[in-house]
Amino acid sequence: MTDSTPGQCDEGSATIAEENNAIEGFQRRIDERLTARNYTETARFGIRLALEEAIMNGFHHGNQKDPGKRVEVRWQISSDVATFHVIDQGEGFDPDAVPDPTLDENLEIPSGRGIMLIRTYMSQAFYHTPGNHLEMHYRKPVTK
Amino acid sequence: MSTAPSRIRVVDVNGVMRVEFVDRDILDEASIRQIGAELARAIEAANAPRVLICFQGVEHLSSAALGSLITVNSLIKKRGGQLRLSNIKKSIYEVFVITKLHKLFQVFDTAEQALQGFASS
Repeated sequence: MTDSTPGQCDEGSATIAEENNAIEGFQRRIDERLTARNYTETARFGIRLALEEAIMNGFHHGNQKDPGKRVEVRWQISSDVATFHVIDQGEGFDPDAVPDPTLDENLEIPSGRGIMLIRTYMSQAFYHTPGNHLEMHYRKPVTK
Repeated sequence: MSTAPSRIRVVDVNGVMRVEFVDRDILDEASIRQIGAELARAIEAANAPRVLICFQGVEHLSSAALGSLITVNSLIKKRGGQLRLSNIKKSIYEVFVITKLHKLFQVFDTAEQALQGFASS
């Protein structure tokens, strides 16, 4: 995990292996950075969930559970926007081909909810072609 | 067979299997798999199991945990039983609403409310 010195914008990257506590340790460090920049508990809940889903999707669907493959996360956290790039070593996929998990006929299917949770909790989320690179942004709501 | 410490606590309350989680975060795959396996073992040992899963103390869960709950619900229904959920923190309940899973599960504010009419049903 590499970091910049906290300043105007906190940025860094981490290469994560699918092993016990690797994601947990990473999430804790990101949460500390978000807390330091006054992201609310609600914002941090959503970002943590989106990151968890993105990284797990990278391991399972992208890397096909290959223990030799990694997921890379790059981040930039300013006082207003938190940006994350989650990149796996797989061949990519078509996110539009994932069935809508909220349809009645799909409710009892145990998987397929990660992408919709990411899109719901983040302000913006999209995949770069061929689909192994997710870019997502959380923008703090404007307060008057 | 896993020798890892149990990730759930199961208590019998007048014939209802009341389940609580040991962890506050139900996120990592290994824990979720273990929880699913422990629940499946308990359910398969019962006839028409009535199961209450209490989320007291749970702060985070992932879509993989939701998937495990769906599998557990299907298993309980197959065995002629019933599943109820309770004590779900507001932020986590929102995840159920976003995914529309609140329509699939019977969710109660408290374990006491969930147990009402459940133990004798």
